Amino acid sequence: MAAGAPVVLEVRDLRAYLYTRWGVVRAVDGVSFALREGETLGLVGESGCGKTMTGLSLVRLLPEPAGRIVDGQVLLEGEDLLTKSEPEMRYVRGRRMSMILQDPQTSLNPVFTIGDQILEALRQGRADGGRSLVARAEDALRRVKVAAPEQRMRAYPHQMSGGMKQRVVGAIAVAGEPRVLIADEPTTALDVTIQLQYLALLKEIQARTRLAMLFITHDFGIVARMCDRVAVMYAGRIVETGPTRALFRAPRHPYTEALMASVPRMEGAVTRLPSIEGQPPPLHDLPTGCRFADRCAYVDDRCRREYPPTMAIGPAHEAACWRIERSPSSR
Amino acid sequence: MARVEDRIDVELAAATAADDAAHPRPRGDFARLPWGSFVIIAVLILVAVLAPLIAPHSPTEQSLPDKLLPPAWEAGGSTRHLLGTDVLGRDVLSRLLYGARVSLIVAAVALLAGGGIGLAVGIVSGYLGGRTDSFLMRTVDATLTFPTILIALLLAVSLGPGLKTIAIAITVLIWARFARVVRGEVLAVKTRDFVALARVHGCSHLRIMAVHIVPNVLNTFMVLLTLHIGFVIIIEASLSFLGAGIPPPTPSWGQMVSDGRSHIASAWWLSVVPGAAIMLVVLAFNLFGDWLRDWLDPRLRQV
Repeated sequence: MAAGAPVVLEVRDLRAYLYTRWGVVRAVDGVSFALREGETLGLVGESGCGKTMTGLSLVRLLPEPAGRIVDGQVLLEGEDLLTKSEPEMRYVRGRRMSMILQDPQTSLNPVFTIGDQILEALRQGRADGGRSLVARAEDALRRVKVAAPEQRMRAYPHQMSGGMKQRVVGAIAVAGEPRVLIADEPTTALDVTIQLQYLALLKEIQARTRLAMLFITHDFGIVARMCDRVAVMYAGRIVETGPTRALFRAPRHPYTEALMASVPRMEGAVTRLPSIEGQPPPLHDLPTGCRFADRCAYVDDRCRREYPPTMAIGPAHEAACWRIERSPSSR
Repeated sequence: MARVEDRIDVELAAATAADDAAHPRPRGDFARLPWGSFVIIAVLILVAVLAPLIAPHSPTEQSLPDKLLPPAWEAGGSTRHLLGTDVLGRDVLSRLLYGARVSLIVAAVALLAGGGIGLAVGIVSGYLGGRTDSFLMRTVDATLTFPTILIALLLAVSLGPGLKTIAIAITVLIWARFARVVRGEVLAVKTRDFVALARVHGCSHLRIMAVHIVPNVLNTFMVLLTLHIGFVIIIEASLSFLGAGIPPPTPSWGQMVSDGRSHIASAWWLSVVPGAAIMLVVLAFNLFGDWLRDWLDPRLRQV
């Protein structure tokens, strides 16, 4: 879809660790991916695999003082964000890179009206004069399909439903016209009917603004609907990346395969849903070899000894597994 | 695509209407307001402001022939001195009215200073966390271990008696209480996503503290402030009672109670009248504080 578009965000070998009382938690441990203009990359994985930490690292808002970015590069339109000073970062946040978080209930400040909060975001964002801020704030609400924006401007967050609030959060996130939007499970707290509307809305905003979106989720249904490409994350690393269609049809990493198998399907006989045995390794005590080795059906000695390199499978499709080398027929 | 949008618009309009129905604006329940405390507080403020106009006598004017007159309703009392006179023949009512000024000024100054410091320390401590937090909170702990009256007496003695001393002493005593509670609130507020999102939108730490955190702890702070008015009035009265408060010619309630102590058997009104005034005012402020807390809490308001 957006294959020829310029790369807006490139992450190279990003490592973000949490220094806790119990040791160093390697939450993000060598993550690399690229995001093109107008493209949506889904970042999927189970809870605690480092998805959210990856998102927070990109805007350099890791929980302080425990979280630290240890290594890597985050190139936003060619500029490395990790070398920027904090005041420079403030200019990047909101204006060039923005974020939507999971819970609309706490994403808005309860003591201010919706209008005040959008105005604040606009004021912090680019000040390109012209029309009045209020008109622009109303426009922002109109763009996220909030009915009667003039009245809604004066409403407080507690007077709105969850879906409506999340829409306002979306309006604030894109108010500064960012190039990259990090959406961290934006629909998890919404009910299913509202989810669909919200996703359609995000798609539409993206189509209009050519926004690059990093969509963090654990819901494959949403991935299939929203994403052009998918990156599957396991224990702090991306194990497989590929175009959504290819990855769904022919997952190559055993973890992706197992994940796909454990998604319930509408067609076919009703059988017991397969699940992945065991637990992911603790992030403060990772094995030297493949992190999935203990739960993998195809594990051998080499898997336990050495972490597999990332190998190309097809166009823009790659995975980190020793098995791929052994079966070149997949090309 | 257009059709999908149309549908969304319609559904949203419906959702908006449903929203309004589900969250009606709260209406004030007139009868449930704490009218008793409102009236007492209003009278107190009025009296303090208008003392020179409504006091029947000068609070310091002595008249030895009229000394120890009982209140008007007792045998031997006269309507010239509605609440009687003291040992020096000064009008108790007039002294009471002027004494209200002292109580209010001390309460206002000490609460503004102490509350302000406490709010600032609490916000910074809770928001920054880490070493700053540890240091500030240990200071708070240390402050709270001092026995209230002892430290106030110590300060009063070292600074010399006077209105300023009392205000400083009380400020030193109460800021820590504010700091501790505010910090707790900040800890709860700062974990909420809107603080993180404010950072995402490019707000500085200072701006987040001032614009996002302060308004969210203001409810708690206001309630705390109100509940401490009574506390401050009592400390002021206690200090004056112990002789470390306002120097003599200026009337203050605590001092009036103290002066009347030696005549309690023969002239009960000297202590009881200012004592009752202290009690009523403190009670009124505490009731007001309780009501304010409930009223500001949306969960309790709807019930």
